[in-house]
Amino acid sequence: MAAADYRELSLNGLWKNNPAIVQLLGLCPLLAVTGSVVNALGLAAATTLVLLCSNTAVSLIRNVVSDAVRLPVFVMIIAAAVTCIELLMQAFTYELYQILGIFLPLITTNCVILGRADAYASKNPLPLAMCDGLMMGLGFGIILVLLGALRELLGTGALFANMDLLFGPAAADWKVVLVEDYQAFLLAILPPGAFIFTGLLIAGKNLIDRQIKRRQDARKAQPVKGAKRVRVTGTIS
Amino acid sequence: MLGQSISRNSLLLGVFAVITTLLIAGTYLLTRDRIAAAQRQAEEKALLEIVPDERHDNNMLDDTLAIPPGELGLKQPRSAYIARRGRQAAAVILPVTAPDGYSGAIDLIVGVNRDGTVAGVRVLNHRETPGLGDKVDLNKSDWVLGFDGRSLDDPSVERWAVKKDGGAFDQFTGATITPRAVVTATRGALEYARTRHGELFADGPDTATQPAPADSGAH
Repeated sequence: MAAADYRELSLNGLWKNNPAIVQLLGLCPLLAVTGSVVNALGLAAATTLVLLCSNTAVSLIRNVVSDAVRLPVFVMIIAAAVTCIELLMQAFTYELYQILGIFLPLITTNCVILGRADAYASKNPLPLAMCDGLMMGLGFGIILVLLGALRELLGTGALFANMDLLFGPAAADWKVVLVEDYQAFLLAILPPGAFIFTGLLIAGKNLIDRQIKRRQDARKAQPVKGAKRVRVTGTIS
Repeated sequence: MLGQSISRNSLLLGVFAVITTLLIAGTYLLTRDRIAAAQRQAEEKALLEIVPDERHDNNMLDDTLAIPPGELGLKQPRSAYIARRGRQAAAVILPVTAPDGYSGAIDLIVGVNRDGTVAGVRVLNHRETPGLGDKVDLNKSDWVLGFDGRSLDDPSVERWAVKKDGGAFDQFTGATITPRAVVTATRGALEYARTRHGELFADGPDTATQPAPADSGAH
């Protein structure tokens, strides 16, 4: 039973109820920082960490805080988590901190985080809440990185530029130039590109969902003929 | 009943405010030194790119000259860094703000050698259009290296402009405003260094380890 819960949570966060392309929450940072993989990865990591911390804290105090003041308390917890992570990033990945700029403190206002705190963590025990936070964060992060990769590739013809900002000097030559002398497709890096590619990602997900559903329906439809007989015997499970 | 729940809730809020504040204060205290070191390192890295180690023997971060706001387009007081070899100032790194970028101000540092030539220009902060104006950033293109070694005599003052304005410096395809702002700001820094030459390139104190001016105790 418990294992099924975690599977369900993971599936929800990563796919069925993905915060970025299903719930459409936290679009502001999503659209703003996904100009390159390294930016997207930095924000994805920070957001996931905040989600994990806030869900953990909210789940721990869920029986102490009354309904009337729960939202201000959650906001305080989230703001504290964000500020601490911001300070840590400033200390350990200073250049990335500079690049992410205002979007790091703005994680506080990312609706995904308050949403998960209120809708899930405040009603569920610690391990489940942590799992939910992690999976929602990963789901959000995967979309961020995917969008970053798409836009960087189309906008500059290369991938993984400046990865040393996140992984230290060893990553300085991770940059992969896929198209030499690429005539930059500027729209991809500019804000409209972010909207267009987010739309395409959502469309892609819906397409896949429809395919899966069609296949499931087809599978369900087939065994109907003989199904009654199976039920009659009652011993086959 | 109502009063009881109000006081309980406000107490709860207060407790959480104290806990979260303590948490943040603790993190701040733990990371404070590291953050200061990281900031210093980032600053020093930019300075050393302009005036490499072999050209000076002092610590530029400790040998500064305050530049008041208003000068060089600055909105806040900043510091100029002085690179010395022995007592003699070899180069000065000026903080410059170009107020007329395409999307807001561009923060630069401009290194000026003792002979009035450019030691180097670096863009520290900008919000220029990615792919167009952001080529002033050395991470994106080496356009900014084109200033190295130039001075107010090479090209002449009137030709310190982008080619579109009849000057000597390239603009970018599709972006003129950004390079125009950077060229103008760099020229401004050179002119500032020329008019304040005596002050900026004054000899340092006898002991290289003591950054305070030698005449501070004259009275």
